[in-house]
Amino acid sequence: MKKTLTAALTAAALLVAAGCGGGSSSSKSDAPVDLRMTIWSANAQHLALFNQIAAGYKKDHPEIGKISFESIPFDSYTTTLTTQIGGGNVPDLAWIFESNAPDFVTSGALEPIDKDADLLPSTTADWEQDGKLYAYPFSTSPLGVFVNTDLVKAAGRPAPAQQIASGTWTWEEAAKTAAAVQALGKGGVVVGDFDYKGWDTLNAIWAGWGARPWSEDGKTCQFDQPAMVDAMTFVHNLIFTQKGMPGPGVTKDFFAGDSGMILTQISRAALLQKAKFHWDLVPLPKGPAGDYSVVGQAGIGVFKRGKHADAAKQFLAYFTNAENSAKLAQFFPPPRKSQLNAATLAKANPLLKPAQLDSVVVKGIETGTIKPSHTGYAELQQTVRAALDPLWKPDADVKTVLSGVCSKINPLLAK
Amino acid sequence: MTLLLDKPTSRVAPAGKAPYWTMRRRDTLAGWLMVAPQLAGIVVFVLVPLGLVVWYSLHEWNVLAGTFNFVGAENYKAMASDARLGPVLRATGLFSVGLVVLNLSLALFLAVLLNQKLRGTVVFRTLFFSPVVVTLVAWTIVWGFLLQDNGGVNAFLNLFGIDGPNWLRSGGTAMVSVIVVQLFKNVGLNMVLFLAALQGVPAELYEAARIDGASAWARFRRVTVPLISPTILLTMILTIVGSLQVFAQIAVLTQGGPGTSTTVLVYYLYQQAFQFHHFGYGATLSLVLFLIVLVLTAVQWRMRRRWVFHEA
Repeated sequence: MKKTLTAALTAAALLVAAGCGGGSSSSKSDAPVDLRMTIWSANAQHLALFNQIAAGYKKDHPEIGKISFESIPFDSYTTTLTTQIGGGNVPDLAWIFESNAPDFVTSGALEPIDKDADLLPSTTADWEQDGKLYAYPFSTSPLGVFVNTDLVKAAGRPAPAQQIASGTWTWEEAAKTAAAVQALGKGGVVVGDFDYKGWDTLNAIWAGWGARPWSEDGKTCQFDQPAMVDAMTFVHNLIFTQKGMPGPGVTKDFFAGDSGMILTQISRAALLQKAKFHWDLVPLPKGPAGDYSVVGQAGIGVFKRGKHADAAKQFLAYFTNAENSAKLAQFFPPPRKSQLNAATLAKANPLLKPAQLDSVVVKGIETGTIKPSHTGYAELQQTVRAALDPLWKPDADVKTVLSGVCSKINPLLAK
Repeated sequence: MTLLLDKPTSRVAPAGKAPYWTMRRRDTLAGWLMVAPQLAGIVVFVLVPLGLVVWYSLHEWNVLAGTFNFVGAENYKAMASDARLGPVLRATGLFSVGLVVLNLSLALFLAVLLNQKLRGTVVFRTLFFSPVVVTLVAWTIVWGFLLQDNGGVNAFLNLFGIDGPNWLRSGGTAMVSVIVVQLFKNVGLNMVLFLAALQGVPAELYEAARIDGASAWARFRRVTVPLISPTILLTMILTIVGSLQVFAQIAVLTQGGPGTSTTVLVYYLYQQAFQFHHFGYGATLSLVLFLIVLVLTAVQWRMRRRWVFHEA
């Protein structure tokens, strides 16, 4: 009896201990090194290319076992990633949104990586601290306007390309076109990933007014400044008065042919492969502050606390070298001076014409402003989202709402 | 013979010294062994995490930087001065009260209706119970589409010339929508519990009441309700606890908006911990939630003697 008891208790104790103690694997052994990169794309073509590059690397590096690319949904990407890190399941490499760059770079979580002289300074600015580069800006994707030319024609409006040629491609004109298309029962102009929550995507519009959400140094709110008030008044009119943008809670999918125009990154061109309508890609319309362009960015960083930081750094260097960067260019515009020309990009982007690439991509990356970013971005994002909600009603007072945004976020910015 | 007697067998205890393994001790041991797996589960999955939450709430934990610093009562002080907590608690209370009242009354109403011996009641029982077995997130996503401004609900209202509101985007209707989505998801479960209780009410009691001249309402009020009151207590506790833990519906339908009108406590602590990376503060908030659930359940348990039939 006693023996059975002792055995049972020992077994129970072992079970508990096994449940509590994590497996501690030593990296010093000669076992192959497995690498894991978290990404927010689940596109089969993207993954096929990544796996092809990884296979090429493993050929020359027998010490590498498996290189896996783990897709995490776009919407919850950063939350999932930080939860993994918090839980001790630190990936070796990760894609990072430009808006979270300050959080990741200043936290000390990332390994410094080598900076290639070929990289454009404007693309690395957000990823540097004290002269060291903490992530490779593998995708520097300007925002353009995809146009459903069939719908624009049906609405009896001149094509944006024509207006560009005649120098009349302005937001005022674009709004008229959008309203004419929406009058057909379709959506007018859609801002990609906005959906009345991702307010930072409106940057694609307000940059045309020279507006910014906060000052360069990130210390003061600028939502209540005249430029921002004008820009947001324009957006509010576009939605509720001119009716050129689908209202809150209305979904119109451009890529399914349900809206006239969409403001989004050119990497979404892949979604148009099977489009059943004619389309064009044009630069953002001219705003009151003149010509402008906006760039979305994504970096790849190596985590210090990953199990194989050195191996991950070496792989990142290979993954983003000139040769592979040219391959990645078909989806992700490269940050390299040598590759930023219409000829190289055209080879990788068969869906886009050289003229489109030159006007939107090359010029965009050289002159574009990058989406807003700040430390503590998630909290700012949510706070602004909540404070902006009253704006999305027909009778909203734009100025009052925007002052309200500032009173909410100024304490956060001052931190 | 004497020799044999002098040498006690191992089975017989020596006189004067009681055996260690008495019947009582053996029973106790068997009892402990029986509950050991369950107990181990509670320790590992409930008590240890609970202790850790208290421990975390005393720290500033930045997962990105990998820092974990003791800050004492800082998180509790921050909570006391957190201006957002008031609206969050109000939204939580609104959701819970709305859900509990609607859920229990609808579930009881349906159960009484479907307790009649009529044709087709089985079909309706199945119909109302089926959402319970549907995946919560799938259920919520479908409702999300229906509640869009140009979605199914407003299209239906349009048939009658009614211009429906933008359900998930205006303050009042967003909360109502979230409550109703949750209501239809789980009302079937309470309905089945009530049905079982109703079928346990002896028919002769109704007969006696009828002979005494009691109206239908009086029979319901004086016979049915008291006899099913233990089930009412059970469903009430389950629904309140469940309503305080609502998360997926909020995350899928409104993300706490518009404004912060549907930011309930669980969603707020999720935001603080997992989105804003204030894990220590999130842990503090989860302790508040734990205390609220504990107090509410304890109060109901104490009050049961007042109104639950068999407890009087």
